Amino acid sequence: MKFRAKIADTGCLNHFTRISNMIAKLAKTCTLRISPDKLNFILSDKVANGGVSMWCELEQENFFSEFQMEGISAENNEIYIELTAENLSRALKTAQNAKALKIKLTNKHFPCLTVSVDLLSISSSSRIVTHDIPIKVIPRKLWKDLQEPVVPDFDVSIYLPVLKTMKSVVEKMKNISSYLIIEANLNGELNLKIETELVCVTTHFKDLGRPPLASGSASQGRNPEQMAEVRIDVKKLLQFLAGQQVNPTKALCNIVNNKIVHFDLLHEDVSLQYFIPALS
Amino acid sequence: MKSFLSVFRSLALLEKTVEKCYISLNGRSSRLVVQLHCKYGVRKIHNLSFQDCESLQAVFDPASCPHVLRAPAKVLGEAVLPFPPALAEVTLGVSHGRRVILRSYQEEEADSTVRAMVTEMSIAEEDFQQLQAQEGVAVTFCLKEFRGLLSFAESANLSLSIHFDTPGRPAIFTIEDSLLDGHFVLATLSEPDLQSQDLSSQQPRQPEPPLQAHSTPNLDDFTNDDIDSYMIAMETTLASEGSRALPSFSISPGPQPPCSPGPNSEDDEAEPSTVPGTPPPKKFRSLFFGSILAPVHSPQAPSPVLAEDSEGEG
Repeated sequence: MKFRAKIADTGCLNHFTRISNMIAKLAKTCTLRISPDKLNFILSDKVANGGVSMWCELEQENFFSEFQMEGISAENNEIYIELTAENLSRALKTAQNAKALKIKLTNKHFPCLTVSVDLLSISSSSRIVTHDIPIKVIPRKLWKDLQEPVVPDFDVSIYLPVLKTMKSVVEKMKNISSYLIIEANLNGELNLKIETELVCVTTHFKDLGRPPLASGSASQGRNPEQMAEVRIDVKKLLQFLAGQQVNPTKALCNIVNNKIVHFDLLHEDVSLQYFIPALS
Repeated sequence: MKSFLSVFRSLALLEKTVEKCYISLNGRSSRLVVQLHCKYGVRKIHNLSFQDCESLQAVFDPASCPHVLRAPAKVLGEAVLPFPPALAEVTLGVSHGRRVILRSYQEEEADSTVRAMVTEMSIAEEDFQQLQAQEGVAVTFCLKEFRGLLSFAESANLSLSIHFDTPGRPAIFTIEDSLLDGHFVLATLSEPDLQSQDLSSQQPRQPEPPLQAHSTPNLDDFTNDDIDSYMIAMETTLASEGSRALPSFSISPGPQPPCSPGPNSEDDEAEPSTVPGTPPPKKFRSLFFGSILAPVHSPQAPSPVLAEDSEGEG
């Protein structure tokens, strides 16, 4: 099992750092899956995560000038490792003024993901920072829980409003209630609602676009005015929104009535899917 | 110090308005008097009360330290940036190729399941104005204090000299210019007797699998610490159903090299007696020594290389 890769371009490095910062905000511990073409950051929907799951995918050739990997075996040419997301983003933070960054799986006293950065220094001499991020290698028998989640047959699909606006609304709502209802219809209307004994607050977003529907989807014959809703933990929604520091290239959400809300984002060339289940 | 500092709080304001400053001692009323004579006849007088106290004289002599490094404070200031702000201690040493290494020092707790990230900064000899130390020496001291004295030296644009000796002996940091010279003395961690770490047990480290092949002892080289040998060990213990044929290998028995800390290597726990004048010795994890020294107790012939190294670094 081998992995070594190199990023030589500053733009790619900054983008990778931003993605890593986002992952660090979305999950404390997550799984990194390394395959010949892609890197995935995965959070599986365990009880420990409150049922929230995440699937982030990036094409390795968009980032790395060199990329070599050898999985556990020829038939299973993949590597699954678990790490603390914040360690990776801290390590990448030191690479802001870097000539090049190398990442490698190593075993220095314990299994690590080693990030090695060649820094530009005031003098022309080389300065190298190395971070050994402790990891846990995930055995193959557990891989089945870490596969790409199936996008459910949703009732409503809608483009999201500006995430920063959504975030500031949800931040205020969090102080009033722990649960929030997100509802939307096929007419481009999305509402965020909270209800307590004393007060009900609803924020209405209108004229949001409707993403093109796949044929045969559950939402095809649906009355466009009818809302599909999900009641979710407000903190989980806030955590998701807080992770989006940059405005995504594309952002939409799919709602399965009373079951789950699925956020589907695209940050340039990196896709992020985030699932928040309904509270019972 | 706080009350004295508050007199000089706003440097910009002081530069603009203060013409003269008189500092005097008023023994009768136990007051340190700071008089700021400002523009337009304004006078600000601060009376700070003080107490007589016994002064402690630290006994140290930079000349008695065999090893010296000197570099502009700016170089060292940049070098500590990658370390997490909360990190308590850092190890400073000289490695192969006369490079100066700063490495985060982690106190290893026997029951910790979450390991901390290890950060290492490597600086070329050319960045130093003086480097009088052999490869393999290293001392560990408090990073917070080091950062403090670095920021002072940086603000005055001075070079910092670091005089150090064996681990356990104080490290002396000096700065000097025409107006002042400063000596900062920091305690360093002492290392336990290397012999006592020579364990004959093959106790596994948790959570790793019980079988472990020792890779060739060249841990400093980025290309040689592949995870392959570890992974092969893991595969055999998991009885995976893969069809890949794994070569058999022998585990090198015998003493673990001093560079392998683990929950079971803590049996040399007998409290070392404290030497007056030095801080209580802590366990010194020779993680650092492991990476820069040739192993003191060389393990048996290195186990066969099980997987080819990928191409060396360009």
